[in-house]
Amino acid sequence: MSEVLVLVDHVDGAVRKTTSEMLTAAARLGEPAAVFVGAGLDAARETLAAYGATKIYVVDSSDVTDYLVAPTAEVLASLCEKVSPAAVLLPSTTTGKEIAGRLAIKTSAGVVTDAIDIEPVDGGIQSKQSVFAGNYTVTAKIVKGAPIITVKPNSIAPLESAATPTEETVEVSVSDAAKASSIVSTEPKAASGRPSLTEAAIVVSGGRGTGGDFGPVEGFADALGAAVGASRAAVDAGWYPHSSQVGQTGVSVSPQLYVAAGISGAIQHRAGMQTSKAIVAINKDEEAPIFEMVDFGVVGDLFTVLPAATAKINES
Amino acid sequence: MNIVVCVKYVPDAQADRSFTADNTTDRASVDGLLSELDEYAVEEALVIADANDGEVTVLTMGPEDAATAIKKSLQMGAHKGVHILDDAIAGSDSVATSLILSSAIRKIGDVDLVLTGLGSTDGGMSVVPAMLAERLGLPQVTFASEVTVADGSVTIRRDGDAAAETIRASLPAVVSVTDQINEPRYPSFKGIMAAKKKPVDTWSLADIEVEASQVGLDAAWSTVVNVEQRPPRSQGTIVTDEGNGGAELADYLAAGKFI
Ligand SMILES: Cc1cc2nc3c(=O)[nH]c(=O)nc-3n(C[C@H](O)[C@H](O)[C@H](O)COP(=O)(O)OP(=O)(O)OC[C@H]3O[C@@H](n4cnc5c(N)ncnc54)[C@H](O)[C@@H]3O)c2cc1C
Ligand SMILES: Cc1cc2nc3c(=O)[nH]c(=O)nc-3n(C[C@H](O)[C@H](O)[C@H](O)COP(=O)(O)OP(=O)(O)OC[C@H]3O[C@@H](n4cnc5c(N)ncnc54)[C@H](O)[C@@H]3O)c2cc1C
Repeated sequence: MSEVLVLVDHVDGAVRKTTSEMLTAAARLGEPAAVFVGAGLDAARETLAAYGATKIYVVDSSDVTDYLVAPTAEVLASLCEKVSPAAVLLPSTTTGKEIAGRLAIKTSAGVVTDAIDIEPVDGGIQSKQSVFAGNYTVTAKIVKGAPIITVKPNSIAPLESAATPTEETVEVSVSDAAKASSIVSTEPKAASGRPSLTEAAIVVSGGRGTGGDFGPVEGFADALGAAVGASRAAVDAGWYPHSSQVGQTGVSVSPQLYVAAGISGAIQHRAGMQTSKAIVAINKDEEAPIFEMVDFGVVGDLFTVLPAATAKINES
Repeated sequence: MNIVVCVKYVPDAQADRSFTADNTTDRASVDGLLSELDEYAVEEALVIADANDGEVTVLTMGPEDAATAIKKSLQMGAHKGVHILDDAIAGSDSVATSLILSSAIRKIGDVDLVLTGLGSTDGGMSVVPAMLAERLGLPQVTFASEVTVADGSVTIRRDGDAAAETIRASLPAVVSVTDQINEPRYPSFKGIMAAKKKPVDTWSLADIEVEASQVGLDAAWSTVVNVEQRPPRSQGTIVTDEGNGGAELADYLAAGKFI
């Protein structure tokens, strides 16, 4: 069976959930082989093994990590040449998609981004994407080269399947051209103590209707162990950081439950949350478009509804 | 300083977007416009050009109507336009799009800066800028929420989910900008009048030395095998809060095993 390369999504060895989802998808297509770039493998090894990585390629060189995108694409391209993988899976992050783009040109292979499902079919690999603000599901087949697919977080249920991976250190020789954009400095984001937006099973978002007071939204989120998101109106007003923006120009989330409080439901917002399994909205205006797509909606003031719900949840 | 801005003509996201019989985007039945996210790239180009005695060329690949995307950019203040128009282009994938745009940029020649939006509002893959950088052999500095051009290099701020990074590259480079970077200007009356006299070149594939067989639907390295409209989400239960909306919400969550 051919290897399926999976670019591990991690922050200093803390493996993100997308990685186990990608390993699960990879096992459907061939032998999952993790490609670990950067420091922190000791913290990651156990998770990679638990989700079925049969091999780990280790790339720990400042020639790769100090520069943006291009060196990782070079490393993956050289691995592709060496092992002729059945496919390459990457996380659907901004960086993951850009590496995919460069790799597609280098290896002359087709690319699909934001896949929500992947399966083997006769003579190839098929993937599904959700497009046009979630209104259509497109099934695509890559017909040239080893398919390069970026996988949308929270779309494929991860399955544990223990393996004992072998490890191979990859010697890198990164071209000078690939080192042309260097990362001058990095400011890590302060941890909120809440789950990350793309990985969370529940996301509670606040919009302009919060009037800038996210207290009720955060209280409700914490009662549910949820991540907190925001609409662009709330972000533009400076009430919440841009990294929390849900939608077309923010992050796209697919949780089990999405709660929109004081959010009208503009198409650009829906683009980032319409694939959520269940949707709940709290809005003063019964005509708000968000109500067209909810499983459960409360017409009311979020400042009374959310605290009441929070109190009842915390009691039980 | 020569700046090229890539702008895409897209179907209006507010309209009912759909697909044609060959599973490609229906670009005929829905009104099109300059992708809103590319307006940020045009604005940034104008600001950089102002400060560096630069010239801004807008480049689009698309059907005849895509000329409106160029027109809007010229009205905003760009100096000239290039439209890649050829029947063979229809149905191109991201790989072919980047081949065409990079070939056009080579023909424009002597380019210091290529600016793009963060993603189109239709395909929205956000891969074209990285592909352009790869094909042109240029550094990429992408998803910029701030751009500074000075002394032959470009420095940007890139806001990631785990960290904010400062990234620098020497020119020429490919830079993509986010919608956080600026507030795109509206064309002024003067801008609208001036745009009428600005030059727009229309080039075919032959003009940029790209073979028709390398692009279009038949050459796509990925093909759409099926398109399905997502069943409209049926509206669920809506309750009006008359004192116990919060409790009803908690009950719904308990019934759904979310708590
Ligand atoms: C190119 C482009 C990209 C965009 N990208 C994004 C994106 O990524 N994400 C995004 O979210 N938007 C995006 N937008 C903006 C989008 O079009 C909307 O403007 C935005 O989503 C509106 O945010 P909102 O719903 O919070 O505000 P509004 O539309 O103003 O809605 C506020 C809602 O709160 C309700 N409300 C007010 N007070 C209360 C109360 N006390 N209790 C309960 N309800 C209350 C109101 O009835 C109203 O429905 C984009 C726009 C463009 C043009
Ligand atoms: C629903 C849908 C699904 C698709 N799925 C795939 C797929 O899985 N794989 C695939 O390879 N292709 C796919 N395509 C085709 C792909 O979107 C187009 O080929 C497109 O031209 C390039 O990708 P993008 O629009 O996603 O651009 P992005 O990479 O999102 O665009 C980024 C920037 O590049 C510039 N740019 C992009 N296109 C042009 C243009 N025509 N003219 C000038 N500047 C431009 C703009 O500055 C833009 O802001 C899909 C298209 C649609 C509509």
